[in-house]
Amino acid sequence: MTLMISYSFLQGYWWVIISLLASLLVFLMFVQGGQSLIFSLPDNDARKAMMVNTLGRKWELTFTTLVTFGGAFFAAFPLFYATSFGGAYWVWVAILFSFIIQAVAYEYRSKPANLFGRKTFDIFLFINGSLGPFLIGVAVATFFTGSQFTLNEMNQVKWANSWHGLEALINGRNLALGLTLVFLARTNSLLYIINSVDDEGLSARSINKLIINSLSFLVFFVFFMAAILFSEGYTAHPDTGNISMEKFKYLHNLIQMPVVLIIFLAGVTAVLWGIGVTIFRGCKKGIWFTGSGTILTVFALFCTVGFSNTAFYPSSFDLNSSLTIHNASSSLFTLRTMMYVSFIIPFVAAYIWYAWKSINRNKITGEELKGEGHVY
Amino acid sequence: MIENVDPALIDWSRAQFALTAIYHWIFVPLTLGLSFIVAIMETIYVRTGNEEWKRITRFWMTLFGINFAIGIATGIILEFEFGTNWSNYSWFVGDIFGAPLAIEGILAFFLESTFIAVMFFGWNKVGKKFHLASSWLVAIGSNLSALWILVANAWMQNPVGMVFNPDTARNEMVNFWAVLFNPVAVDKFLHTVSSGYLLASLFVLGISSWFLLKKREEWLAKRSILIASVFGLFSSLMVAFTGDTSARTLSELQPVKFAAFEALNEGKQDAGLVAFGVLKNSEDNIGSRKLNEFVFRIEIPGFLSVMSGGDRNVFVPGIKDLINGNEERQILSVTEKMDRGRYAKKVLTDYKLAKSQNNKEQAEALMNIFGNRDFIDNYFRYFGYGFLRSPEDAIPNIPVAFYTFHLMVMLGFLFIAVFVVSLFLVLKGTLTKYRWFLWISVAMIPLAYIASESGWILAEMGRQPWIIQDLMPVSAAVSQISPGSVMTTFILFSVLFTALLAAEISIMTRQIKTGLKH
Repeated sequence: MTLMISYSFLQGYWWVIISLLASLLVFLMFVQGGQSLIFSLPDNDARKAMMVNTLGRKWELTFTTLVTFGGAFFAAFPLFYATSFGGAYWVWVAILFSFIIQAVAYEYRSKPANLFGRKTFDIFLFINGSLGPFLIGVAVATFFTGSQFTLNEMNQVKWANSWHGLEALINGRNLALGLTLVFLARTNSLLYIINSVDDEGLSARSINKLIINSLSFLVFFVFFMAAILFSEGYTAHPDTGNISMEKFKYLHNLIQMPVVLIIFLAGVTAVLWGIGVTIFRGCKKGIWFTGSGTILTVFALFCTVGFSNTAFYPSSFDLNSSLTIHNASSSLFTLRTMMYVSFIIPFVAAYIWYAWKSINRNKITGEELKGEGHVY
Repeated sequence: MIENVDPALIDWSRAQFALTAIYHWIFVPLTLGLSFIVAIMETIYVRTGNEEWKRITRFWMTLFGINFAIGIATGIILEFEFGTNWSNYSWFVGDIFGAPLAIEGILAFFLESTFIAVMFFGWNKVGKKFHLASSWLVAIGSNLSALWILVANAWMQNPVGMVFNPDTARNEMVNFWAVLFNPVAVDKFLHTVSSGYLLASLFVLGISSWFLLKKREEWLAKRSILIASVFGLFSSLMVAFTGDTSARTLSELQPVKFAAFEALNEGKQDAGLVAFGVLKNSEDNIGSRKLNEFVFRIEIPGFLSVMSGGDRNVFVPGIKDLINGNEERQILSVTEKMDRGRYAKKVLTDYKLAKSQNNKEQAEALMNIFGNRDFIDNYFRYFGYGFLRSPEDAIPNIPVAFYTFHLMVMLGFLFIAVFVVSLFLVLKGTLTKYRWFLWISVAMIPLAYIASESGWILAEMGRQPWIIQDLMPVSAAVSQISPGSVMTTFILFSVLFTALLAAEISIMTRQIKTGLKH
């Protein structure tokens, strides 16, 4: 039996899934945020071990989410995959590099005969922790600020400059989102550590660091949001699909989609609430608020750039080469098939939750690590 | 359409993908097989309650963990390289190819990464049965991920279940089940995963034999050898069987690859299978390409015909028949296929032109051609040939195909023999007396990797110039980046992968030497 579901509904459905994966990924990048603090947060080896092991048990979840995000984007919006990865080559390759070195760093850092010494693997973790969120932030910012490419009549990409993506690094708004993500990941990480590690000293140091990191996050976030909401955006004509510039485009989108606006505001409030209760009331559960707030906010931002006749991967060089969820998507058949597959996601989420609940019963302490056979 | 691609760009892009794939495949087969071996060992522990079995399980599990991390690291690069280096490919077939990759992530990777955490961190926190179930789920998850990526690869070897849409200039999926149950996918999955089980069995056998040679960890070693021999013998027979069925499918769907791995220039009935041979350049050529001939060979009479069609009378076409054509056998020449491919390309470009000029009548007429059965079956199926410059471009590197195939097959039979002997000796209880055999078992570890990599080199280099058989050559698939950029990233990847591999081997060796002491 084939359900009568419209093509544009499925394109929207898949954009929602992509947005969901992106928002989970940004939240899970607390692992990276923590790695970027590896040399500054812990003041002794025991605390460093606790911190690294707390983060290390989650690295694969973040990594898997990133891989699935890539796979889902490929399946649902292959033209984005082809255009962005093949065009902004250097940015994506740099992101990949930072993730290869992470995958082995946890497993190898404490193992005897690891050739390069623990310090090297810790530096790998630091590089991935800082560069990963930053570059992903810069790449996602181009969803709003645009890139320089053209597509020919066969939909083959040609990048209009020889920098192949590195040019995104000289745009202030792109940098702002990159830094927003770095400081958000660090903020989430500190809140996560406060919640999961039972060590007063480490908690005190985390709260201390939280103030400066959350303030930095706020500064860059507000700058980016103001710059985006009050500038021009890429709008697609609902009938012809032609792309043009529209003043206050993203602000209009939020106003035209009140649900998204509510999600966005709720998200931002939750992020601030989590930070606030941790700093001012010493609450240990701030991550629950800031973490879910992060998910809501990122989800709303992706909806803003994908829906309401907007080009989600615009070309500032050739407006009509810009990608929308309608011209970049897979066929009706593939989107529908993949929709059936996506119905398994709640089941996946349920077993992830159950498995982690089973092994996360106790907080991480020095004692807990000693009793554990597998220590990073 | 993009023409005149710099050959250096194609070469570096291929080199980079090959580099990543070869490194990735160092780690994956061990993950595929060792996950099952560990799960089997843990099952014995849970059933017997014997703590020694728990120690054995944990020993192999540690090695599994060291290997697993680096497999993931190289895997993510492969996934993204489809986009970064093969962007035209990603669009041309992303509608079909993307789906298995996404399903792999949703169905398999989360299963693997979630339960691997229970496997490593759950010993003291969850019940024995839950832990055991987790170990099995890791094994199932890793094998499921192999399934989906192999479905994707099989589709490149034998594209099915799609139609071409001239409006979007891409192939679109119309039958998911045809993609999933592609005959190449079924063969490839079974052959590949069983080769992983085989490699892991040799790994366990080799290391355990080393312990016996050093007179250490005898309890662990003997039991591990028993499990490895049984699992290995079963797997190696399965590898041989699925190899045979793969060859049959191949002879039908990728006859040039089939002829290349036997270096068969002239087609014949009652064709013999070369058991062993050495090649040299021959005087014979097709266009600018020199063909090869044998310096010497040992041949099993009639066996190639049997392999290809189950009968000695079956005609096996040679390279010349497939490139120059053979009217008697109704084989089209590549020149004819190139003409048909060019015609298909022209219909597409004319259609695009008519659309851009808003010439609706002509656009509609051309669009109708794409729905015409004769055009689909006899012209568009040769679309990729339209990109070739000369017929000899359709010939893969014959010596590479020949030697990798024969190396793989010879080693495969050697492995069967090794498992038979080790199983016999371990059951008889006399294994430790045969030190020479223990040394042979240790030596099997590198050979297992060589056989396994040979298989992939054959599969991928043997199908050149195609990235998608007959539909798209690598030259039309590559991303438009400067060859210098790809060369730079190739060098960076090589240095990084090599450094990480060195660390992995060093850590692994130390862990093995430490044995059960840790």
